[in-house]
Amino acid sequence: MGAWHNVVIIGGGGAGLRAAIAVAEANPKLTVAIVSKVYPMRSHTVSAEGGAAAVAGDDDSMDEHAYDTVSGSDWLCDQDAVEAFVVEARKEMLRLEHWGCPWSREQDGRIAVRAFGGMKKKRTWFAADKTGFHLLHTLFQTALSYTDIVRYDEWFVTKLLVHDGRVRGVVAVELATGRVETIVADAVIVCTGGCGRVFPFTTNANIKTGDGMAVAYQAGAPLKDMEFVQYHPTGLPFTGILITEAARAEGGRLLNKDGYRYLQDYDLGQPTDAPVLRSMELGPRDRLSQAFVHEMAKGRTAETEAGHVVHLDLRHLGEKLIDERLPFVRELCASYQNIDPVHELVPVRPVIHYMMGGIHTDINGATPMTGLYAAGEVACVSINGANRLGSNSLPELLVFGARAGRAVAEFVATVPGAATAPVLAQGRDEEHRLERELSERQRSDGERIADIRTEMQETMEAGAGIYRDEASLTKALDKLSELKTRFAHASMDDASRTFNTELIAMLELSGMLDVASCIVASGLRREESRGAHQRTDFPDRNDEKYLAHSVISRKPDGEWRVEYLPVTITRWPPGERVYGR
Amino acid sequence: MPETITIEVWRYRPEQDSEPAWDSYEVPLRKEWAVLDGLNHIKDQLDGTLSYRWSCRMGICGSCGMTVNGEPKLSCSTFLTDYAPGPVRVEPMRNFPVIRDLVVEMGDFMAKLPTVKPWLVSGDDEPDEDAEYLQTPVEMDDYKRYSMCINCMLCYSACPVYALDPEFIGPAAIALAQRYNLDSRDAGAEDRRDVLASAEGVWACTFVGECSVACPKDVDPAGAIQRYKLTAATKAVKDLLLPRGAR
Repeated sequence: MGAWHNVVIIGGGGAGLRAAIAVAEANPKLTVAIVSKVYPMRSHTVSAEGGAAAVAGDDDSMDEHAYDTVSGSDWLCDQDAVEAFVVEARKEMLRLEHWGCPWSREQDGRIAVRAFGGMKKKRTWFAADKTGFHLLHTLFQTALSYTDIVRYDEWFVTKLLVHDGRVRGVVAVELATGRVETIVADAVIVCTGGCGRVFPFTTNANIKTGDGMAVAYQAGAPLKDMEFVQYHPTGLPFTGILITEAARAEGGRLLNKDGYRYLQDYDLGQPTDAPVLRSMELGPRDRLSQAFVHEMAKGRTAETEAGHVVHLDLRHLGEKLIDERLPFVRELCASYQNIDPVHELVPVRPVIHYMMGGIHTDINGATPMTGLYAAGEVACVSINGANRLGSNSLPELLVFGARAGRAVAEFVATVPGAATAPVLAQGRDEEHRLERELSERQRSDGERIADIRTEMQETMEAGAGIYRDEASLTKALDKLSELKTRFAHASMDDASRTFNTELIAMLELSGMLDVASCIVASGLRREESRGAHQRTDFPDRNDEKYLAHSVISRKPDGEWRVEYLPVTITRWPPGERVYGR
Repeated sequence: MPETITIEVWRYRPEQDSEPAWDSYEVPLRKEWAVLDGLNHIKDQLDGTLSYRWSCRMGICGSCGMTVNGEPKLSCSTFLTDYAPGPVRVEPMRNFPVIRDLVVEMGDFMAKLPTVKPWLVSGDDEPDEDAEYLQTPVEMDDYKRYSMCINCMLCYSACPVYALDPEFIGPAAIALAQRYNLDSRDAGAEDRRDVLASAEGVWACTFVGECSVACPKDVDPAGAIQRYKLTAATKAVKDLLLPRGAR
């Protein structure tokens, strides 16, 4: 026997919660379940710091937000999606405000906005520097008022069930008991976030293992633009903890080991005392991370035990502003770096932060597979193209979470009934597979899960980092193939059914090896440099050949194929990305 | 500084252990390492059977609450060097049933949370959908502190009342109710009163204050509770003395 819901949402972060509320509002008769491997308020949305972009001031316009997003994406986004996004972003943020989100305010009580990288106007709404935390908790607490939303807290989805070309549900393991359940559904929305953990040094939480991308890919759904992985320019060395871009928006400066504002050497403008929008420290993340690599090559970065760093200087901002606008930055620096940014320089280096790519969806979150939808970082609509602008991800998960929820409510109302027996049979097969995994991996001669994971992460950093080339990507792909073979024989210490976190780590790694391969294979095929994908053997952008989305899908033999889809251009023809001039 | 430190971990696997026991592990002692890094070293290199929750490792997701040398702590922001030369004793949070090893059952909190209606109840003054409520920074200061709760459960682990009376709604849930009660946009205080002013609400608290000591985010749930006691008492006196229309 299995459970049944009209809609199953995998993941209870910002996108999943927003989608669930949208379904409940669109049609209160539908039953909605959120299946999440952590309690929803533990989801990684909680870690977002700096803010969420939406047009706010009279000096700003939807077109300007759209243009910044399009040029920031190096023209790889779909402009129809961006145009819808900027309009709905503002509505969603106001909705959040009505739900109680404690957005920071002006003295007169209106919403305050701050500057952000790559944005020509101040349009980033913020809740001090814990924006994601407040956004997630507001959504979670609001969702509690919708009593029809059912939750499967701490359940890990291992497989999407597909019958007759339609996605019909999931199989999931309850962590607390090890019980495997088939959950039948009319439609599934994947909202599991990104996959930063395929790399060794990342701002991403331990849970960001790309599970949703993996189950969708394994079920036959294509992944889009996977070669575009964002490095954030300012992570704390050793931990990889994010120091928000808001620190630079408030006036923070990046200095090399000589105290020189090195960004002026990389076509990002000239240093000024007050921050200038779309200039210097407020350039886009891809360009700033690339500048770090060049600076290191010139020997102008400082060497520490945790690798090369540059310095973020906040000292001139003063204690009052830091405590008011950047309290979490101060807290994180104190706890994890043992420094006080009021008086000391903060060491930082580029760190894996965000996946521009993800499950291929249309503007309503629908994938090419009937009954399968996706929203948030796990999805690729795409509004982010080759490089996401800071503070566009939180409004993205709201806008497209809501869109996917509404689209699913409509789809479910029209979908014909179908036999559940074949779906339940698939569920039993998956249950038997999981039983076998648990028993057959109890042996003493296999490699440790953690060792293979570490090798995968090192492989990704060496082969598919800020700069790549054919040789590095090919080598990485070969290594990943070897790791998959070795993974098949890896062993586990833990035979228990009760909260077996080693079993979960094994299932996560299985998916990560697929997702990592998709990143590398897509990167190998794209013989140009655009946004976050920089090929030293093809240093220029090539619009003639690659102004197109890569789409990678799994073939029945387990290999993959990469194809290309056109980019939608409505009003902004491809041009040069200009910052600081 | 010695090169290693011993971590003693409270172990319990219900399928095989009839009772809890301590396991000792020697891990590298590095200045950047939190207790959580030590546990991850054990899990990845020494013993894959150890179970615990963690995620963000930056003190904001609330997953990794544990008892470290007798005190409720987030293991990601509690550093091994502070316990050198060791040993460091790591146990599950107190006052909760244990599922396994360091993983506690927190379903009780998850069930209680919705009873205090921790969401914004809109009143007659809700602006239309194109506009925001106006709320000055001063008005925000009224509730801001209570909005910082990460639901890590350390306050429940520290609370001697919750230890004796599992029906007590508890510090975090009451602080979150107050977070909305004190928000100038909210009109739900009446809806929350029956639960908050009940015997298992604020009046169960004997103001020990351990919750506020344990809170890693400076939420001050004890203050939230005391403040609500005053609100509830004032309301009760008014109900007694004033005619209905003047309350």
